[in-house]
Amino acid sequence: MIPEVGHYALVLAMVLALAQGTLPLAGAAKGDPGLMELGRTAALAQAALTLLSFLALTWAYVVSDFSLLNVVANSHSSKPLLYKITGVWGNHEGSMLLWVLILALFGAAVAAFGANLPTTLRARVLAVQGLIGLGFHAFILFTSNPFDRLDPAPFDGNDLNPILQDPGLAFHPPLLYLGYVGLSVSFSFAVAALIEGRVDAAWARWVRPWTLAAWCFLTLGIALGSWWAYYELGWGGFWFWDPVENASLMPWLLATALLHSAIVTEKRDALKSWTVLLAILAFSLALLGTFLVRSGVLTSVHAFAQDPARGLYILGFIVLVAGGGLTLYAWRAPKLAGGGLFAPISREGGLIFNNLLLAVLTVVVFLGTLYPLLLDALGGDKVSVGPPFYAATFIPLSFPLLAAVVFGPLLAWKRGDILGASRQLAAVGAVAIAVGVLISFVAQRHVTLAAIGCGLSAWLILGAIYELARRIKLFEIPVGDSLRRLVGLPRASIGMTIAHASLGICTAGIIGVSVWQVETIALLKPGDTLRHAGFEVSMETPREIDGPNFVAERGRITFKRDGQVAAVLEPERRIFKTTRRQTTEAAIKTTLLADIYATLGESDGKGGWTVRLYHNPLAPWIWLGAAFCALGGFVSLTDRRLRVGAPLRARRPAAQPAE
Amino acid sequence: MTLGVVLSAAKDLAVGRPHASGHNTARSFAALRMTLILLLLALLAAPAFAVEPDEVLADKALELRARAISAEIRCVVCQNQSIDDSNAEIARDMRRAIRDRLTKGDSDAAVVAFLRARYGDYVLLRPPFDPRTWLLWLGGPLLLLLAARLLYRGAKRRAAQVKAPPVDLSAAERRRLDALLRDDEAGRR
Repeated sequence: MIPEVGHYALVLAMVLALAQGTLPLAGAAKGDPGLMELGRTAALAQAALTLLSFLALTWAYVVSDFSLLNVVANSHSSKPLLYKITGVWGNHEGSMLLWVLILALFGAAVAAFGANLPTTLRARVLAVQGLIGLGFHAFILFTSNPFDRLDPAPFDGNDLNPILQDPGLAFHPPLLYLGYVGLSVSFSFAVAALIEGRVDAAWARWVRPWTLAAWCFLTLGIALGSWWAYYELGWGGFWFWDPVENASLMPWLLATALLHSAIVTEKRDALKSWTVLLAILAFSLALLGTFLVRSGVLTSVHAFAQDPARGLYILGFIVLVAGGGLTLYAWRAPKLAGGGLFAPISREGGLIFNNLLLAVLTVVVFLGTLYPLLLDALGGDKVSVGPPFYAATFIPLSFPLLAAVVFGPLLAWKRGDILGASRQLAAVGAVAIAVGVLISFVAQRHVTLAAIGCGLSAWLILGAIYELARRIKLFEIPVGDSLRRLVGLPRASIGMTIAHASLGICTAGIIGVSVWQVETIALLKPGDTLRHAGFEVSMETPREIDGPNFVAERGRITFKRDGQVAAVLEPERRIFKTTRRQTTEAAIKTTLLADIYATLGESDGKGGWTVRLYHNPLAPWIWLGAAFCALGGFVSLTDRRLRVGAPLRARRPAAQPAE
Repeated sequence: MTLGVVLSAAKDLAVGRPHASGHNTARSFAALRMTLILLLLALLAAPAFAVEPDEVLADKALELRARAISAEIRCVVCQNQSIDDSNAEIARDMRRAIRDRLTKGDSDAAVVAFLRARYGDYVLLRPPFDPRTWLLWLGGPLLLLLAARLLYRGAKRRAAQVKAPPVDLSAAERRRLDALLRDDEAGRR
């Protein structure tokens, strides 16, 4: 019964999405306030119904209703409750339902918090959201229905892919989708603005918080996915340039560009048509990401849904959304006259440099991800594009971008003084160069990369601190006054400092692992000792462990340095009862400066076990940096000027006549 | 991960996709599942790790070279993994072949050439630079140059605009301005 309620709610939601996608558009064109208002009601109702549908599916998972095909395929009665719930989106159908739920919730948020938007703009934004929602509702109902029944119901389910039964991966998809789908709001604003033929500072101010929120979630989602790969896949890597990872990196790069260009549009009324284009492209790439993962067109670790009908549907949908958006852009954008003039060396110029390099990096990742497919489709030649390609292209192209980050905030709007900025940054630059030179003597491999990377890292962190210190006039005025200035700084400016410094933290982590990782692969017998990264390592005989839905072998590995115990790690090798699939559970002990990492392999049958040990200097900084990056975004989001309803609240106190 | 693919495909089969129909589906599921589980247990004998201790060469320098080469070679049956990261049987064989060649005194380039001759360009994770891949390698830098050129010309044009003396008003504009000024003065009085 409950699944039928969910199913029915989903169908109703689709019909509402159709109404939301069409009637307000007509209303805005004819100036009919009733039809325009309908968009808000439809958006709220559509979100409520989609939520109901999602809860119905979750209910079926929680009570293990094996009369639902989807539950049978992806759940098992012995699975822990957490993974019963996260199993809802651990499969194709359920994850698409989560996608459309988040989309509907964003639409409802625009309806609820967009009271200060001009009526026609709001109606059009909601209509575009409705049309996107319609596409996904139809996709779910016609090709990927999670409510399909099975008769007779089997006794138990087939269980969720064990590598997905992990807290990291449980929350990776929702965060990533909040990011992907959040970009749909920027897209809707862009399309609505093109229909209206008007992009101004107010428009940019409305778009910025939505883009920023989406970007924060996308940052967290990507970081969580990378962290999961690091500890779950068991070989100590954190980024594999896998097409599916790239699929999330591309929208992130463009969303980052969009964040920055929207500032120029808001503050200086310039770069309007470029900002609109970025909004369209960023969401198109988010859709492309969904397509790449969901269609199975790229066979990779993540592609666990493989069905050409679905792939073709999403591909058609991308063509419609991206093609429609770009056609509208080509038609209407020439009318968006650019505003304020500025010299090449200026804050605007710096932000254009940022956008230029981010766009180039996106193109590099785009080519690397899709080139093998295109070449294969066109000529039958097969090439592979892997990490060495990105190391030779993406990494060097990112250096000038990272170097420019520190200059940007020191340049004035309209006309900046690069010499003055350089003079101010001389001390920071000298320290950064010194760090680079020092590192070039210490590093034993990848010397150039290590020197440039560490130098950049110091440059970014110190540069951000210097910029903040300058803003609050630290040591120029009494410290108390400086602190008062710090408290009084706009939150957006504090957020920027945190995010820019976080790039340095993240860079240091990546370089640390790439350059100084120590790996030991050995056959270890209980009682024997081996040397690894300055530790004496020994192991007790692994024990058999009985988990809720798996059995495991758990080792106990002791790391000693100079006779002192530095870490005791308990890595596991699990075999899941239902699927008979194996996973490695790495054990990690982290000091903030390094990770001690161990995985347990098979026994050789003669009393020894294969172990893989890693010493990963600075590894925690990668995710610490990413977390700070998102934190910077969230801090900016609390800025009064960016708060969605802020201008409204400021105006409210004055009594207003009824509308 | 190859194993994973086989398994997930098998799982889909065992469950039956939405189109699977008929009254005896359930019974055939059970039979199919049993067979699959037996098959999977057989498959599980594959090693769980990529590089195994027995492969590692005693000569540290040679082993480092072998690892560096393996990181650039794609495992031909895997999804986007290098043979250094893969636990597939063929990846293991390829790693052994690399170490064999290196111990016999081959240069790194010779080893890569050997693998390329046997498995084709497909195994190179760093795609070769030739007419087929010009766009792949140069697309990003080309875009950078093109955009930089556009921006440079735009900046020059803007600079020229700023420097150019303001154009005189046309006769019609002059009349309109006079009229406005008159109105303004009239209004003030």
